[in-house]
Amino acid sequence: MKEPISTSVIRVDSRKKLRGEAQYISDWKFEDGLFAKTVRSTKAKASILSIEIPDMPEGFYIVDKHDVPGVNKMRTVVSDHPLFAEDDVQYIGQPILLVVGPERETIYSIASEIKINYQEEPALFTLEEAEKRSTVFTDYNYKKENPEKAFVSAKKIIEDTFSTGYQEHVYLEPQGAAAEFKEDTLFVYGSMQCPFYVKSALLEAMALPEDKVRVVQSVTGGAFGGKEEFPSLNGCHVAIAANKTKHPVMMIYDRDEDILCSTKRHPSKVRYKAALDENDHIIALDIDVLLNAGAYNGLSPVVLQRAIFSATNVYNIKNLNVRGRNFMTNLVPSGAYRGFGAPQTIFGIEMLFHNIAVKLGVDPLEYKMRHLLKKNDPTCTGGQVHEEVKMPEIINKIVKNSDYYNKLKSNKKYQGIGISLFLHGCGFTGKGETMINGKIILVKNKESVTLKVSSVEMGQGAETALRKIVSQTLEIPIEKVIYEKVDTGLIPDSGPTVASRTTMIVGGLLRDTALEMKKSWNESDNLELSKVYKHPSYLKWDDEVFKGDAYPVHSWGANVAEVEIDPVTYELTINKLYAVFDVGVPIDERALIGQMEGGMVQGLGWATIEVMESKNGKLIQKNLTDYKIPTSMDIPEINCDFVLNPYEFGPFGAKCAGELSFVGSPPAVAEAVANALNKPINHLPITPEVLMEIDHED
Amino acid sequence: MKIEFTLNNEKLSIDVDASRRLLDLLRDDLGMSSVKEGCGEGECGACVVLVNGRAMNSCILPAGAIIGKSVVTLESFKHTDRYKAIEAGFLKAGSVQCGFCTPGFIISTESLLNQNPNPTDEEIKEGLSGNLCRCTGYNMIIKGVRLAMEMGAGLW
Repeated sequence: MKEPISTSVIRVDSRKKLRGEAQYISDWKFEDGLFAKTVRSTKAKASILSIEIPDMPEGFYIVDKHDVPGVNKMRTVVSDHPLFAEDDVQYIGQPILLVVGPERETIYSIASEIKINYQEEPALFTLEEAEKRSTVFTDYNYKKENPEKAFVSAKKIIEDTFSTGYQEHVYLEPQGAAAEFKEDTLFVYGSMQCPFYVKSALLEAMALPEDKVRVVQSVTGGAFGGKEEFPSLNGCHVAIAANKTKHPVMMIYDRDEDILCSTKRHPSKVRYKAALDENDHIIALDIDVLLNAGAYNGLSPVVLQRAIFSATNVYNIKNLNVRGRNFMTNLVPSGAYRGFGAPQTIFGIEMLFHNIAVKLGVDPLEYKMRHLLKKNDPTCTGGQVHEEVKMPEIINKIVKNSDYYNKLKSNKKYQGIGISLFLHGCGFTGKGETMINGKIILVKNKESVTLKVSSVEMGQGAETALRKIVSQTLEIPIEKVIYEKVDTGLIPDSGPTVASRTTMIVGGLLRDTALEMKKSWNESDNLELSKVYKHPSYLKWDDEVFKGDAYPVHSWGANVAEVEIDPVTYELTINKLYAVFDVGVPIDERALIGQMEGGMVQGLGWATIEVMESKNGKLIQKNLTDYKIPTSMDIPEINCDFVLNPYEFGPFGAKCAGELSFVGSPPAVAEAVANALNKPINHLPITPEVLMEIDHED
Repeated sequence: MKIEFTLNNEKLSIDVDASRRLLDLLRDDLGMSSVKEGCGEGECGACVVLVNGRAMNSCILPAGAIIGKSVVTLESFKHTDRYKAIEAGFLKAGSVQCGFCTPGFIISTESLLNQNPNPTDEEIKEGLSGNLCRCTGYNMIIKGVRLAMEMGAGLW
């Protein structure tokens, strides 16, 4: 009997991991291998005057900008980050050179003896300073209908500003990479999400032909966006070192180094101005999104795009003027992190709706429901909501599951319940998918079927989900479906493992190809089929003016949080969390609940306890003693439920899920806290100090 | 200096600097790669091993501290019936995602059940509070421990 697709199977990668046999990059051994340690800037902005290197013992090397065979820039969306500092540094932690050698202790001690003489320059750190000095990297704007006219005709105009802090990924496995030459081919191995990003970065940095570079993913211990663009930097570092030393070179970051110099979630400020008509309906929004991009722009423009395209969330607002800016500051570059800009604006608009409803004296949930998007409504960018919108069903379900209204009525001081509504645009923004045109290959052998993709298993369950899609389509056991090693020499580029696109896009290609294979199943023992992504023809997008369908489809959801605040210490306890998601059809229910709960708890961390601040460009929280993430003692009971809503172009009806899990819990908790204190919550994280201050405000 | 201790039920006598981290001794010198380094400061629990049956962070333990003691890592623990019960519980509950924290959670589970074969959910949470996981949000690990405890009843 064929099981339904959502019925859970044992994850294919779990036994090896349980037995401690999975080989992460730090477990790899190389014969004659060397280790590398990065020497970094200790200044936020300075010219490098000179570098004093101590006498080097034999077999130890310095690797720096002079050793880059190709371009000394990390290739990404904006390739502005030097692999090794040229004559200046722009942030504390910026890589200047590597010390490479056979013993770890010795390279650490050499690194500590290197003296760099700087000429310091005035630096800037905060969004406020950056805005004042207009250090704008990227400035986007889009409009819908006629916001100017709407503001003139408005009966009320309400303004509000929201801000959020940094978040560090804290994947449990720190960044790590290794490189070696086998004959004249460069192999780079490492913990990563995007092998072909690393490969294209290497081609530029190493000036090698396409067929002389192979990138191989090692077992990856969590990523959450933190291993999207960053491994292109450390991957180039080890490659340059291997090229110079003629030895394999491995570089594994310590946790404090990882926290200090890897990308983070963008700190943000979002200003909303709402125009209300005589029925208190929001007829226009003017939205101004500011992200702190840090010292280099890198991937930030695309993060900013998702931030501004998510800024109206699940609501149909007739007139819009939306501006988004990335600002340069002398801080570690911000980058990809689960949600990719959307959590910042979705927190803002959820709180905006709450604050307006409270001002008007109406029920916030009811006020939100008046503005909900429906099927065929225009999206914020003037595209169309093509899918069935099941928000009413989602809301009914979560209200019932959580007994929301009864609990809201019995709201007491220092106790509160809150609800958030949200969506996530599935897959790449705008033209992203058609710029990559991902390819997959499916090979039928005598005994098995091999799938070849560049999607990586990093904990999210991609290997199980994709093998399951093929196995269920072909009606063969999952054990008979082999996942080709993620080695760019063996697999096609089906795109990076980002943007919640793996199951829906890559899984969709596999499903279609497997269906074709099934038709000719009995023709031969050896079949090879491949498929290239084709964008559904009804989707339109203009990248110049940001008009059309920014996303092919959306996943939707609602979260409810119940909180309690200690009236003396202001310690915040989240007692319960409820969630209802529409992710199309779950490919594996247990694996999906694991994703959703994990994402929600990460969201709780960002919203409540994860404080990261900088002083004069230096991060204050530099290790896991200072930077606290949720432990088993901090988590609420979670009730996770789904609404089915099959998507025509997704495998078995699946849409996106991984990032959707993150966006809802922060505003749900923030609203619960707002209700508990009867005060607006416009900033995250909500620490006890912040709560005490808010409670004592008049 | 020469230190003597038992590793995975085998008596060892090795020359090592007494201040060397137990983590480095186990991973680099003795090849016990199930022991992971997640933070290097005793916060994340990825490196926990059993020292005389109790879970300890090997990254903040000097080699000198284990003289005459018994150290157990997953390399040998994975062959025991208790491990099999934990594995079955974790598989059924979906406790594993990226897997980097998993060996630490197994060792902490063994340590917890060894001291308290029938923990409540609150006691499980407390028993695992020294181990960080960024993927699961913990509920599925807690469930895995509960299932292990039920399926392995009588083993602890």
